[in-house]
Amino acid sequence: MSNDQDQIPPISPPHASPDEERVGVYVCHCGSNIARTIAVEDVAVWAEQQEHVVVARDYKFMCSSLGQELIEQDIQAKGLSRVVVAACSPHMHERTFRGACQRAGLNPYLFEMANIRELTSWATDDREAATSKAKAQVKGAIERAVLQEPLEPLFVDINPNTLVVGGGIAGLTAALELADSGYHVYLVDRDSSIGGQMAKLDKTFPTLDCAACILTPKMVDAANHPNITLMTWSEVVAVDGFVGNFSVQVRHKPRYIIEDLCTGCGTCIEKCPSRVLDQHFEVGLGYHKAIDRNFPQAVPKYPVIDTTHCIYFQRGKCRACQVVCPTNAIDFTQKETFEQLEVGNIILATGYEQFDARRVPQYGYGRLANVFTSMEFERMVNAAGPTSGQVVLRDGVSAPQSVGIIHCVGSRDKNYNEYCSRACCMAALKFAHLVHERVPDAEVYNFYIDIRAAGKHYEEFYHRVLEEGTHFIRGRVAEVTDAARGPGEEGKLIIQAEDTLIGKQRRIPVDMVVLMVGMEARHDSRNVASTFGLGCDFEGWFTERHAKLDPVVTMTEGILIAGACQGPKAIPESVAQGSAAAARVAGLIGRRTIKLEPVRASIEAAACSGCRICNNVCPYHAIVFHEAIKISEVITALCQGCGACVAACPSAAITGAHFTREQVLSQIDGLLWDMQPGVLVLA
Amino acid sequence: MAEPTTFNPVIIGFLCNWCSYRAADLAGTARTHYAPTMRPIRVMCTARVEPEFVLKALRSGADGVLIAGCHPGECHYVEGNIKALRRFLLLKRMLTQFGIEPQRVQLVWAAASEGHHLAAAVDRMTEELRALGPLHWQQTVLRAKADIPLIKLEVGG
Repeated sequence: MSNDQDQIPPISPPHASPDEERVGVYVCHCGSNIARTIAVEDVAVWAEQQEHVVVARDYKFMCSSLGQELIEQDIQAKGLSRVVVAACSPHMHERTFRGACQRAGLNPYLFEMANIRELTSWATDDREAATSKAKAQVKGAIERAVLQEPLEPLFVDINPNTLVVGGGIAGLTAALELADSGYHVYLVDRDSSIGGQMAKLDKTFPTLDCAACILTPKMVDAANHPNITLMTWSEVVAVDGFVGNFSVQVRHKPRYIIEDLCTGCGTCIEKCPSRVLDQHFEVGLGYHKAIDRNFPQAVPKYPVIDTTHCIYFQRGKCRACQVVCPTNAIDFTQKETFEQLEVGNIILATGYEQFDARRVPQYGYGRLANVFTSMEFERMVNAAGPTSGQVVLRDGVSAPQSVGIIHCVGSRDKNYNEYCSRACCMAALKFAHLVHERVPDAEVYNFYIDIRAAGKHYEEFYHRVLEEGTHFIRGRVAEVTDAARGPGEEGKLIIQAEDTLIGKQRRIPVDMVVLMVGMEARHDSRNVASTFGLGCDFEGWFTERHAKLDPVVTMTEGILIAGACQGPKAIPESVAQGSAAAARVAGLIGRRTIKLEPVRASIEAAACSGCRICNNVCPYHAIVFHEAIKISEVITALCQGCGACVAACPSAAITGAHFTREQVLSQIDGLLWDMQPGVLVLA
Repeated sequence: MAEPTTFNPVIIGFLCNWCSYRAADLAGTARTHYAPTMRPIRVMCTARVEPEFVLKALRSGADGVLIAGCHPGECHYVEGNIKALRRFLLLKRMLTQFGIEPQRVQLVWAAASEGHHLAAAVDRMTEELRALGPLHWQQTVLRAKADIPLIKLEVGG
C-alpha cells in the first residue's frame, strides 16, 4: 500500500442496523436529458419521504464538481451513511460518485446508483411511466444501499517480468518498449523466427518503404536486448495465477540444433539434400530445405529440422548436416523441454491467418494456375522471395500483360466473413503500383466494392495509383473462369463482374488474377483464449475490455492484447497497440502493487458442507478444497466476482461481496414497492 | 378480467454487467424506445441469479422476470451464461408446476452491441404479459399448490 491515493480513509461508520442508516438521495437532471422525460423534482420530493432517507435533492448536473460537493457536504454535515445517486449508467459515472463519497470519508461501496437516464428517460417518451419507473429504481437502490457493506480493495504485488506471446510487429514492439523501460520480457513465438506476417511482406503502403528494412533491425534488437529472453519454436501450454503473479508453462519444441554451438553459418542448409515446397513462409511459391530457417535474416539465426522431410528422421540415414556442421551443433536426439516462467502480466499478440481462398470456388484458386492469393503475390514481389521480385505467371518465366486484382475475398461477404479486413484495399493499391513498376506495359484492373483508404496519406496514395493508369471497376466479381467465349478470351482468365457504376456486366480477360484474401482469427484462437482465460467474439478475435476506450486490455486482469489477434489491422495500428499494451503494463509495474476490486466471493467455513459443487462451477479454479478439514476456500486474488458459486452453493455458505443475497432480495422489494405482494412464503 | 390493452405489466430484469446491461445502456444512448415496464437489477453475471431471486420477484408482485446475459461463448466469465441457462430450464419446470405460464420468466441473450435486440425482447415480453394479464400470485400459485401435493410439501409454508 505504497500509494497514498489508493488508500481508503477508514472512517466508514461502524455498521449500524439497516434501520439506523442515513441515506442521501440525489436525482440528476442531466441538463434536460433526464428532466425532459422524468419529473425529477417529484422523484426527489417523494424520495425524501422514504424510510431511511434523511435528505433528497435534485440538481442540474450531479457529476459536476458542484454536484459532487453537494454530496460531500451532506455526507459530513448530515452524517450520511449511504448515498444513492439517480443519474446515468454506472458504467459512466459510478467511479465519479464513489470518488466523491471517498473524499468525504464514506466507504465508496456504500454508494449505489440508479440508472434513470440510459435505462429510463432515454428509452421512452411516456413521462408518467418513466417517472414511476424512476421512483421504483430509486427505491430499489435505497433498499439495496442500506444493506451494503464497506469493502476494502485488495492489494497484490506485481512481478515486474512480462510475457509477450507472438513475435510479429505488435508483439515485437511491445517487447522492445518494455525492455527499453528496464523491465524483463519473455518473448515467445511458436514459429522458428520472430517477425510474424510482416516478415513476408515486400513494401509497406503508403510510403512503399521496404518491410524488411524497418522490421529486421527491430528483430535483431529484440534478440540482442539484455532485457529480452527470446523463446522461438516454443508455445505456452498452461497459465496459472492472476494479475501480478502468473505462472506460465512454456514448451520448447526440439530444433535438433544445439543453439549454444550453432553459429548460423548456413552450411547445413546448403548441403541438405532434401528440398521441399515451403507451404508456410513462402506460401507454396518457393522451396526450403529439411533443415532451414524461414528466411536468411531470420532471428534467431538457428535453423530447425523439419522431421517430416528430413531423410535421417524418415529413413535413418543421411546425417549430411551433422557431417558438415563445423561446430557439431546438430543433435538428432533432442526432445521437447518445458520451462516454468513467473510473470506479472501477459501481452498476447498472436496475430491472424489468411482467409483460405479455396473456400470461394468460383474464383478458381487452386484450380486455375494463374490465380494467386495476395500473400503469394507479396512473396513474388519481394526481392528476397522465390522469384527475386519478378512478377511472373505460375510457369515462373512469363510476365503477365494484364492483372486483375479482386478485393474483399472472404471479407464483407455474408457467406464468409461479414467484416472488412481493413488492410487489403491499401495492399491492393500497392500491388497495382508494383505491377506497373515491375511490368511497365501491363494493364491492371482493380475490382472493388468500396475503396477504404482511411489513414494518413492513404487517400493520396489511392490518387497516385489512379493516375498511374490502373483501371477501377466497382462491383463484386461473380466468377473467374478459363472458359473462353470469344477469340480475345482464349488462353486467358476471364473475370466476370458487374460494373455497378455503368450498370453493365463485364468480362475482362487477364493473364493473372490476385485475390485479396481477408484476415481471419487464428484457427486455434479459441483454445488460446481458454488457455489464457480471455474471451473471443463470434469470429474468434480476442475481446477487449472496451472497443473504444480500452482496446488493449481484456476482461481478465493482467492479460492484454495487441495487434491483429483483436481484429483485422495493418502495421501502424498493430504497432500502436503494441506500444499501448507495453505502456499499460509498464504503468502497472511502476506501481509495484495493484488494487483489485473487492467484488469477490468468500466462503463461511462454518456453513460449508464440503460438497464441492462450487469447485467445479468456478471457471477460474479459484476455489480450493481442503481435504483435511473438508471445506472449500476461495482464493481471493483469483476470484473474478461473477457470483456463479454464490448462486450454486446449496448451503448458502458463499457470500458474493456487493451482490449478496440480502442486497439483491432487498432491491427486488424496493423495485416492486408499489406492487401487491403475494403472501406465500417460500422456504 | 382486466382489459389486456390497458394492463401495464411490471417486469424485473436481471441484466448481466458486461453484455446485457451495456445493451440496455446502448438502447438508451441510441434512443431506442421500448416499453417502460422493465425494472432493472444489475448483476455481474447471469450465473449469479438464484432461482430464489426469480421466485421472490414474482411473489413480490412482478408479472414477469427477464434474465438477460451474454451470448453463449461470449460470457465474460467464460460460461456463466450456460450455468444460468441450466438453472433457468430447471426453474421453468418448477414454475410450470406452480401454474405460472412459461412466458412470465424469460432468458434472452443480448450482446453489448445489441441494444435494439434487448429493447425488442422487453417489448415482446410486455405484449405477451399483457395478453396473459396480471400474475395474481395469490390466486394462481396458491390454488395450484392445493392441486399438487408434492409441491405443497416442498414449498413448506
